[in-house]
Amino acid sequence: MIATIRLYFNRLLPQLIALGVIIVAVSLVFPGFLNLEIQNDRLYGSLIDILNRGAPVVLLAIGMTVVIATKGIDLSVGAVMAICGATAAACITSGHSVAATLLITLAVGILCGLWNGVLVAVLDIQPIIATLVLMVAGRGIAQLITEGAILTFNDPGLAFIGSGSFAGLPMPVVIWLVFGVLIAMLVRRTALGMLIEAIGVNRQASTLSGVLTPVLLIAAYVLSGLCAAIAGIIAAADIRGADANNAGLWLELDAILSVVVGGTSLLGGRFSIAASVLGAIIIQAINTGILLSGFPPEFNLIIKAAIIVFILVLQSPRFRTAFSFLVPARGASKPSERAAK
Amino acid sequence: MKPKYLPLIATLVIFLLGYALCVAQYPNILSTRVIGNLLTDNAFLGIAAVGMTFVILSGGIDLSIGSVIAFTGVFLAVVLEHTSIHPLVAFAMVLTIATLFGAAMGAIIHYLEMPAFIVTLAGMFLARGVAFVLSIDSIPIKHPFYATLKSLYFKLPGGGRITLIGGLMLFVFAIGIVLAHRTRFGTNVYALGGGTATARLMGVPVAATTIRIYAFSGLLAGLSGIVFSLYTSAGYSLAAVGVELDAITAVVIGGTLLTGGSGFVAGTLVGILIQGLIQTYITFDGSLSSWWTKILIGLLLFAFILLQKGIIYVSRHRRQPA
Repeated sequence: MIATIRLYFNRLLPQLIALGVIIVAVSLVFPGFLNLEIQNDRLYGSLIDILNRGAPVVLLAIGMTVVIATKGIDLSVGAVMAICGATAAACITSGHSVAATLLITLAVGILCGLWNGVLVAVLDIQPIIATLVLMVAGRGIAQLITEGAILTFNDPGLAFIGSGSFAGLPMPVVIWLVFGVLIAMLVRRTALGMLIEAIGVNRQASTLSGVLTPVLLIAAYVLSGLCAAIAGIIAAADIRGADANNAGLWLELDAILSVVVGGTSLLGGRFSIAASVLGAIIIQAINTGILLSGFPPEFNLIIKAAIIVFILVLQSPRFRTAFSFLVPARGASKPSERAAK
Repeated sequence: MKPKYLPLIATLVIFLLGYALCVAQYPNILSTRVIGNLLTDNAFLGIAAVGMTFVILSGGIDLSIGSVIAFTGVFLAVVLEHTSIHPLVAFAMVLTIATLFGAAMGAIIHYLEMPAFIVTLAGMFLARGVAFVLSIDSIPIKHPFYATLKSLYFKLPGGGRITLIGGLMLFVFAIGIVLAHRTRFGTNVYALGGGTATARLMGVPVAATTIRIYAFSGLLAGLSGIVFSLYTSAGYSLAAVGVELDAITAVVIGGTLLTGGSGFVAGTLVGILIQGLIQTYITFDGSLSSWWTKILIGLLLFAFILLQKGIIYVSRHRRQPA
């Protein structure tokens, strides 16, 4: 048991260190960063704000991790967020109850995921291209639903999802915490996670060894669609309106970035949902940190780019072999890796 | 007829059919003015899409071009406003920067063995970030040389005009076609798209080719940025968002296989024209909303992917019995 926990901790160590460094750096520049206070039975503070603002990207990153583990990618999540936000707003304004609205919206998200999954698994289309279709058309569909306007609503039930609180935490944080734990349990307490990794490593081999590849692939994209739907509901509920043009814009890139920062390889295989969630929080901490520390927000993108390049260099196979003497020996894995090449 | 020409011919047929349908409804579309505007309005997209065609032919992807276009525009606007450098010198400077930027991405992709997707994503953030740092405002370009360039055009019979930038796009496409089909570099690009390992065994200089491909894409993105700044007479760091997607879509609609190794630069031109035609039709109609453009282009993209899949399937099954 202790061995498993240590293994888990070792996996998350780089991300935890990165997050720690960022938090310490920001709190040095902006001393109020670590303050937490309770008002109206809800925690307030910059740290809580990071968790709250990061909710959509965290949710997208959860789905994206599973998709990337199958050696896929889902470019459509931002557009699906827009579609689902628009659906939620359209349903609630046309008089449906909150429960019905949520169910319909989640169903729409699942349908979008199903479409992507069928293109990838059944029609055998490259994931980048298959999801590009929905990425291009999705915003058009969202605008079709909202009829080009920004649909606003005032339903307190739906707005609660974006701005309410539960047990002292903002609702979006509660949602991604619960959802993330559920999905992590689902893939790690069963064999599902291992089978997904098997598909990512070698799809043909796993099909031949009896893995139900098409079903699992479709399930991965459906999960990603579901995550995008929840993220879309949160984003719409937060501003009490659906903006088909800007909801979830470029969030697919942030989600992919979170997964990469979390150390999951874009080439499929080994994945960690917890690490991706940490990756998303790291990105949000950087965004919030740059704003709070009074640094011009123009530098935000450059810093992001620098971080990606840094992580890419660290993950690069060439770099690892060149600097392997810095890493403490981990048994005889190195020669076998070279032999495998 | 070879099956490899099928996607190109399908694209051309769809464009001609679409054009005929548009003409049937609005006879005015059949004028050299509309054709001239089609070229002018899509010039920057077309030039960038030529670079994207090469990248996709080699099996890669370049997400940075929209940001490079924005960076180029802001760079030109800032340089022309604050210094007395002649625009032609500024053009040369910005093209050098864009080319080196592309080459650097190609080098990272090759030497660090990282997926092109994530490397060019970093490039996308970086280029747009630098544009933001240069200026967050939309800066007008009032240099007299710009006015001279904009006033240059070639008059077509019927009142249409091929402007400088429209003509430049056609010229870039011509260069691209020659480069792809008549040079060793072009052959190497196709070989690389067929598979890196096989290309290396065939003696293709993989490192040099990869770097050149992304440098070429960077150069054309820079040129596209110059054209965009001529077209809008301004530099704005939030401009040209998502152009990379339009370019990828045009390449796919043009019949280039996204896995690389097969396709035509000329097809991309038709892909650009189809997108432009949809937009022109929606403008002519007046009652259709702009979001139909996105949905139609998405559907077209889907149709072409299916067509490509079908062709691969058929050609594979035809070959097997032999």
